[in-house]
Amino acid sequence: MTRNLIIGATLSSLVLLAALVSFVWTPFDHAAMNIPAKLQTPNLIHWLGTDHFGRDIFSMIMVGARTSIAVALVAVGIGISIGVPLGLTAAARNGGWLDELIMRGNDLVFAFPSLVIAILITAIFGAGAINAIIAIGIFNIPVFARISRGAALSLWQREFIMAARVAGKGTARISAEHILPNIANLLIVQGTIQFSLGILAEAGLSYVGLGAQPPTPSWGRMLADAQTMVSFAPHLALIPGSAIIVTVLGLNLMGDGLRDYLDPKLRVART
Amino acid sequence: MSFKSLVLAASSALALAAGAASAKDSIIVAMQLEPPHLDPTSAAAGAIDSVLYSNVFEGLTRFMGDGAVVPGLAASWEISDDGLTYTFSLHSGVTFHDGTTMDAEDVKFSLDRARAEDSTNAQKALFAGIIDVSVVNPQTVKVTLSEPNGNFLFNMAWGDAVIVAPESIDDIKTNPIGTGAFKFANWVQGDKIELARNDSYWGTPAVLSSANFKFISDPTAAFAAMMAEDIDAFISFPAPENIPQFEADPRFQVLVGSTEGETILSTNNMQPPFDDVRVRKAVAHAINRQAIVDGAMFGYGTPIGSHFAPHNPAYVDLTANSAYDPEKAKSLLAEAGMAEGFSTTLHLPPPSYARRGGEIIAAQLAEVGIKAEIINVEWAQWLETVFRGKDFGLTIVSHTEPMDIGIYARPEYYFQYDNKGFQELMTGLNATTDPGKRIEMMQEAQKIIADDYVNGYLFQLAQLSVAKAGVQGLWTNAPTQATDLTSVSWAE
Amino acid sequence: MIRYSLKRLLSLIVSLAVASLVIFFVIEVAPGDPASFMLGINAQPDTVAALRAELGLDQSKFARYIEWVSGIIRGDFGTSYTYRTPVAEMIADRLWVSLPLALYALTLSTLIAFPAGIYAAARRGKGGDMAVMGATQLGVAVPNFWFAMMLVLIFAINLRWFNAGGFVGWDSGLWTGLHSLTLPAISLALPQAAILARVMRSALLDILGEDFMRTARAKGLSKRQALWRHGVRNALIPVLTIIGLQFSFLLAGAIIIEQVFYLPGLGRLVFQAISARDLIVVESVVMLLVFSVIMVNFLVDLAYAAVDPRLRSRT
Repeated sequence: MTRNLIIGATLSSLVLLAALVSFVWTPFDHAAMNIPAKLQTPNLIHWLGTDHFGRDIFSMIMVGARTSIAVALVAVGIGISIGVPLGLTAAARNGGWLDELIMRGNDLVFAFPSLVIAILITAIFGAGAINAIIAIGIFNIPVFARISRGAALSLWQREFIMAARVAGKGTARISAEHILPNIANLLIVQGTIQFSLGILAEAGLSYVGLGAQPPTPSWGRMLADAQTMVSFAPHLALIPGSAIIVTVLGLNLMGDGLRDYLDPKLRVART
Repeated sequence: MSFKSLVLAASSALALAAGAASAKDSIIVAMQLEPPHLDPTSAAAGAIDSVLYSNVFEGLTRFMGDGAVVPGLAASWEISDDGLTYTFSLHSGVTFHDGTTMDAEDVKFSLDRARAEDSTNAQKALFAGIIDVSVVNPQTVKVTLSEPNGNFLFNMAWGDAVIVAPESIDDIKTNPIGTGAFKFANWVQGDKIELARNDSYWGTPAVLSSANFKFISDPTAAFAAMMAEDIDAFISFPAPENIPQFEADPRFQVLVGSTEGETILSTNNMQPPFDDVRVRKAVAHAINRQAIVDGAMFGYGTPIGSHFAPHNPAYVDLTANSAYDPEKAKSLLAEAGMAEGFSTTLHLPPPSYARRGGEIIAAQLAEVGIKAEIINVEWAQWLETVFRGKDFGLTIVSHTEPMDIGIYARPEYYFQYDNKGFQELMTGLNATTDPGKRIEMMQEAQKIIADDYVNGYLFQLAQLSVAKAGVQGLWTNAPTQATDLTSVSWAE
Repeated sequence: MIRYSLKRLLSLIVSLAVASLVIFFVIEVAPGDPASFMLGINAQPDTVAALRAELGLDQSKFARYIEWVSGIIRGDFGTSYTYRTPVAEMIADRLWVSLPLALYALTLSTLIAFPAGIYAAARRGKGGDMAVMGATQLGVAVPNFWFAMMLVLIFAINLRWFNAGGFVGWDSGLWTGLHSLTLPAISLALPQAAILARVMRSALLDILGEDFMRTARAKGLSKRQALWRHGVRNALIPVLTIIGLQFSFLLAGAIIIEQVFYLPGLGRLVFQAISARDLIVVESVVMLLVFSVIMVNFLVDLAYAAVDPRLRSRT
């Protein structure tokens, strides 16, 4: 299964590379318009063609990768850094008032329809990348809290935790030293899903006009701009769509590969 | 609406669709926006007029498809020599859809309601000059004005001035009762409104026996619905980029006309640096109108050089006054002490003319050193921040009210243009009834605002409608927001 | 079990109270005024004031909150500012589209995901597993609105097997109704099915490694028997969680899909209401969605307790 890891890592680093290179070089200025040269199909000058304003799509995809990765990464970061400690605390205090408070608070955030809230956030604070990050990030917190609590709960029943308890270790220390490493794989899998969902959510928000604002390119907005032109210029939708699919696919394959590679239980089972 | 009525509505719609296959005396017309409610006299939403104007509700006068104002419920009128008294003779035998008679009392009720203190009429200014409405006899009504108003008959043609009945006013928002050739049948909110022919109509009856209005806000969905022939016509098709495909397809016809919408780069004349005419002039010369029409509207739209519709007889072409000349723009900026350029905001409401046009204008302004930060807003936000709060540098909006150059005479209006000479000219225009004189004054007005570079004048919004090949009698132009179906029929 | 249920019920009520406060006061902050939105740019200030008074917007926020909440408790969601019809009726109308769509999509995704996930787990590492996992990878990676655009292009515009959008109504028959919801349901279900299949597979694999599965095998059960008798039952815990999450997503997250297919559903109602600043509609719909999700979570928690007695005994 290391093949997954290799394919995934290759695809992901390709996207990451494009994002990094775009800081120093793109074939054209991604914001430069040339209306007489609009809607070109891929050719030798414009490798992926031009959009309805005659902008170079290849350059826009490169810069757009930056937007997607940044928004999704920070949003997942928010989810893990707040959600996991909350989940572990809740599991350690299982049944106590703190557990109850965290989990009910969790359910509450979770209960809010994320897209509706994202639209409201932009109605109140204005559209933009930062607000998109906040909107996506908030809804990552309960995901990680719930999943880490669920996994930690069953670990607390295991003999090796009992042993650590008998050895006099505190709950916080047990959570950090014994629980966290044992749920890391689960978090990688979930983190992968959330990261891909983050990329997709950013695309969705941008698609309805609530993500990064022009002239900052974003794959979702490229799709929104393209939607009425799909029937006569399909490359406008296929290229940003493929960029999203390749990125998400790459990250997921890499996550899966990592999981298999890191999980000693599975490795033992295979040999 | 209960589920049962929903079921009934849907089944009747199905019956209509089945009938259409054989006789073709019904039509499914789609548009982007759904009316919030069905009272044209208490909301600004053009969608209300788009469904009901002339179909369900009629006024004393009315607009025709070419923009002419002709008699409506009033068969004729007499104007006193001093221009202050209008005596309307109403058509006889006119009844509302609920069977009650339409007479002078209803006219008095409608006009008094619109100008009352607690009126919620969105165009209350249309009625501002009226000081008295009196019933002479059931067929005659006399309206007295405080001062002569050359626009009065024009004002009475608006959808906001239609005649309503006191008996049905309480439920008008959900069950509109008018005098038109169609009566309201049903409304499935979020989906469609159904109209049925009024068989006891006082004038020429409608050809179609029923009409369905569908609301499809998403441009892609609009294209798909039309291509899949789910609908018979789409009025004001939102995506000009798809028009060539319809033109190339023998199943469809495309109607390209004009609207009353002057699309402008509205400029906050009070906010520095736009209080300096040289800066406004620089902005005007930095804009390449043709690129905007090509890029944002895919070639549909007529460039304008002032705030006036090109199809109006009084129009003067002033586009040369602000021809595209980035070098001149740069030197004007330098002259104004802005050689390094400056930063400002560009608020863009949702329509694609604004969002796409705004992206292009931001890029064009950047060429001469003006950094315009794009802020996309919804209409509610636009009204609050830009229109009422006047907290903006630039914005793009299409002013769709007919003959609205008078807004430049209102210094408190959101772009805050304050020119005494212009204001006096407008006061004079309102009091003038001689057509030749009026044209002269309107031309003068166009020149003044073009020379003051009040706003960036971009283009006249085109009216693009798509219909199945057999549909005939639809309006090509949009002199007002309306979808007049009274003479629409299917070719055999 | 009863004590556990009562305790959860209490926290459910507290959650709803907190939610109503958050919803009302967060939404009321939104800039923009429904009255001036309705009257447009030529309205005079006194006209706007008259309409605000008519709508009851001149009262204090707190008074309106009390009125709103006490109304909801009685089942009265208030009257829409723009449509001037009872909000409860508007929501009920839209639910006849949104609820069946969500259930349709959920059914499709479950029908695809369960067999796919179980099959992949049973054939771990073999060709079948790789094929299923490859397909789910792709399914997870495709943005649903993009997928919807493609479905419309292919099946509505080119092949004309389905309408490009709209909803015909249930009276024209269950089949016709479902037919018009098929493309939207597929667009919604495919990414969900891919996620669910992945969760199902990894949950099963986790359980296959557990001690009790080895015991089951040692007791003489075949691999297949062990998988069905113990594996699937235990894997239901994470799978139920995901299904619970997906239901809430499908009910409200269909906003974009409803837009693409111009369905008169709940999502589009909210979208329209937000842009018209019809705040009472937004508040009531969000409250209803929050309520439904809290209820689903409540039921999922009870189901957890029923499936896994260990969770129950610890509380």
